[in-house]
Amino acid sequence: MIAWTIYITFAGAIVALLLPRVCARWIALLTSVAGLTLSLVALFRTPIADFARFTTIIRVPWVPALGMNYHLALDGISLTLVLVTGIVGVSAVLFSWDVDLRPNEFFFWLLLVVGGSYGVFLSADLFLLFVFYELVIVPKYFLIAIWGSTNKEYGAMKLTLYSFFGGMLVFLGIIAAYASAGSLDLNELAQFQFTPQLQSWAFPVLFLGFAVLAGIWPLHTWAPTGHVAAPTAGSMLLAAIVMKLGSYAGLRVAMNLFPQGFHMWRSVIAVLAVIGIVYAAAVALRQRDLKFVIGYSSVSHMGFVLLGLATANALGVSGAVLQMFSHGVIGALLFAVAGRMIYRRTHTRELDQLSNLQLSEALPFAAFTFVVASAASMGIPGFSGFAAEITILIGAWKSYPLAVWITGAGMVLVAAFTLRALKQSFFGESAAEKEVKKVETVTALSRREFEPITWAEKWGAGLLMSATLALGIYPKLLLDRIMPAVEAMRFFK
Amino acid sequence: MSYLELLRLASPEAIVVVTALVVLAIGLSSRWGETLSSRQICSFVAVLGLALAIGAVVFLPRNANLFGGMLVVSPLNSLFKIICLGLAFCTVSLTPAEKSLHHPGEYLAMLLFGTIGLMLLVGSEELLMIFIGLELLGLSLYVLTAFDKADVRSAEAGLKYFLFGSTASAFTLFGISLIYGLSGTTGLAAIAQKLGAAPVQPLLAVGIVMTLVGFAFKIAAAPFHPWAPDTYQGAPALSAAFIASGSKVASFVVLGKIVLIGFAPLQGSAGWHAMVAGWSPVLGALAVLSILVGNLVALAQTNIRRLLAYSAVAHAGYTLLGLVAGGREGFSATLFYTSIYAITLLGAFGVVALVRRKTGGDDLENFAGLREGSPLLAGCMSVFILSLAGLPPLAGFFGKFYLFSAALRSGGNQGLLWLVAIALFGSFISLYYYLMVLKVMFVDKRPEPVPRYSSTLAGHLIVEFAITVLAVAVLLLGIVPSALVGRILASLP
Repeated sequence: MIAWTIYITFAGAIVALLLPRVCARWIALLTSVAGLTLSLVALFRTPIADFARFTTIIRVPWVPALGMNYHLALDGISLTLVLVTGIVGVSAVLFSWDVDLRPNEFFFWLLLVVGGSYGVFLSADLFLLFVFYELVIVPKYFLIAIWGSTNKEYGAMKLTLYSFFGGMLVFLGIIAAYASAGSLDLNELAQFQFTPQLQSWAFPVLFLGFAVLAGIWPLHTWAPTGHVAAPTAGSMLLAAIVMKLGSYAGLRVAMNLFPQGFHMWRSVIAVLAVIGIVYAAAVALRQRDLKFVIGYSSVSHMGFVLLGLATANALGVSGAVLQMFSHGVIGALLFAVAGRMIYRRTHTRELDQLSNLQLSEALPFAAFTFVVASAASMGIPGFSGFAAEITILIGAWKSYPLAVWITGAGMVLVAAFTLRALKQSFFGESAAEKEVKKVETVTALSRREFEPITWAEKWGAGLLMSATLALGIYPKLLLDRIMPAVEAMRFFK
Repeated sequence: MSYLELLRLASPEAIVVVTALVVLAIGLSSRWGETLSSRQICSFVAVLGLALAIGAVVFLPRNANLFGGMLVVSPLNSLFKIICLGLAFCTVSLTPAEKSLHHPGEYLAMLLFGTIGLMLLVGSEELLMIFIGLELLGLSLYVLTAFDKADVRSAEAGLKYFLFGSTASAFTLFGISLIYGLSGTTGLAAIAQKLGAAPVQPLLAVGIVMTLVGFAFKIAAAPFHPWAPDTYQGAPALSAAFIASGSKVASFVVLGKIVLIGFAPLQGSAGWHAMVAGWSPVLGALAVLSILVGNLVALAQTNIRRLLAYSAVAHAGYTLLGLVAGGREGFSATLFYTSIYAITLLGAFGVVALVRRKTGGDDLENFAGLREGSPLLAGCMSVFILSLAGLPPLAGFFGKFYLFSAALRSGGNQGLLWLVAIALFGSFISLYYYLMVLKVMFVDKRPEPVPRYSSTLAGHLIVEFAITVLAVAVLLLGIVPSALVGRILASLP
């Protein structure tokens, strides 16, 4: 049943391309809502026990001569990511309701990214997973290069080349596993004993390849430029889903197939993750462009995911999976506010200029949304960010106590840059506090009428906010399904 | 062994010969001179003859062997005769795209003579016959390249191709004579028997290397590639397409047979730690050089045909990996890859020919705005380009996976890892220039109004149809590769 998320999304992409332009966005909305509905059905209808192992949904021979199968499976980890894909897919469509440049192609590429991501999260065959993984690369290029802003061709090319570079490392790791085990089935491979010598080089190659997409320091630089250059829906998808492809596949493939290699290298991953958290937060503190702030915050939050993975205990890894969901929702929300609600109306993202506009009065709904998103991003209790990060830190305490101390300092930085961005963008100094000379110009600016927030934006933001709130209040909803699946993984044995 | 038997087994070749003569006669006798109708009649007859020949191949017996390997009928040979005839068929159906084609009768007759060369190459397992096939193919291709007498580039390309080609043929002939001198026979299977018994002599090594030089020229492997850019650019687009598709497929088939059957005892090893002298390290060196030279030089090209030429050099390098790996698996990967590559390049040259006809040039900038001019052509071109870049779900992706995994599987203990890593690095580089082509078509704006690619001519429709069929084939072979892989594997002993 959940396999239909993939088919519906790809079919929707093709239909959106072929039908007249007015239909495109409705097709896209319909398709993405169907995807979300299917994943919600899977969440509530499937017995919890089934999420503990990677349960096969469909398995048919694809290229029998080479042992390739069309094999999809589901467990708690993939369900979590399918859910976030569904939620962000719907809201990305809603936040691009105003796209009127070549809308057919826009929604075609957008749905390809969503469909490919569903595919990655559900694949249980290494080749199939890689097909979907590489499928997402080209749509990203077009989304950014055609519909983007600020230095879009540079950002698009950089992002695509980084992704493809990671893809080539993954390619090498995958065929190394295939050549020695002779199988491509993830469940079979997870039983195979790879030689320690192979694991010692294949794990870092494979994991690094995936981690490029997850924004691991120092290969993260594609992320801020790509996020800034992308159109709103593009940056939402990048931050929320595409970066998760890397971390998910790192967990599902690299760590699960090469446990010994993982244990050899996990300290290195932890160090890189902690550097990423602190470094990206420090850089975000100095940015003038609101989207750059959010872009670096994504890198910082993804650092938590990598740290959680590196802990190698059930709590830390489960927290990492939860953080993938949580950051997906929060990152999408932040980019939606910055890209659609603010930039489309003010045509600037410079914090200095925004602080003169007093947006909190002009756009109260946007201000509310941004406050919620910032609170969630800082890890205030009650939002999903808190639940996820606290789980990761508890997990990390068992493995790397020092990392927790440094990360704690990093979290202060996260709070600092988030508050700075929040204050400057929406709650700039009020006119009364300024010199009389300036008052007139400022009020003239702030009186400028902005187009009111549309229903599409409200629904999109509402969906994302309720997701982060729901999970913040009741994280067990997903954790109960993630934990057993994580414990079934091989590196605990 | 009656003549009737010979006629029966050689019936496809005979049909093509008769067709060629008929086409030539029509071309010579037609009073219409250079009018359209003469061209249409000639093309129609040629297409009909090729279709008949394909039918004749289907009805050949499964296995037969005439004159000690001079004419061999086997499942593999029949499959590749069909593929070569199919490529020639598509080339002929693309003729309406060619800008100026004086004397269509002669042009098509030369094309058909070249096709006979392909069939002799594919259908023979004897060195003399192979050499005759090479020469027949080569001489036809020289004429086809220089066919546009009004264009100085075409003449230059023809001369260059001829000079390089004849030198390479001389090398091959010399090599063959040495091998004949040492083994006393020209049949491939017999050579293998003789060589297996005798110790390796320096003279034999010279013979092998010299033989390989001729084929390295045919497949445009570096450092024997300098003819390729000028020929691809200067020749009439269809001639270039035929050189890049049919000629390459046949050369790879026969090269594979020579090294894997004839020189089987002298394979050696290209493994990193276990380099053993033989033909496999020689091909490995050619592959590395081709991948690096082709991809790096392609980065700097602004003419799409030169770009395709250098990418062809790189692809020759990838394809050689399968032969370096050797064995059934490696050969089958090479055959699959070269077949899909031929289909892809034929389609790409079809698009180039149409664009050239419409805009008067084939530089990258001539492709600007192709999306508005003809969405169909732009879509097909992006399918071809992305398949060359090796992105899913297109055939090039599966082809690369198959090749590289076959290379890594062979040679024990992943000895060919270094070759695979270089190939992956090369294909990472290549994405940049392929994306530039896509960028020009889909992102760049054209300053002057875009020419509409309206289908006023009936011929234009045929060309668009043929290109679409090729694009669909590339897509389908990516989604269902077992359709071809299964056939190739089944036909290999």
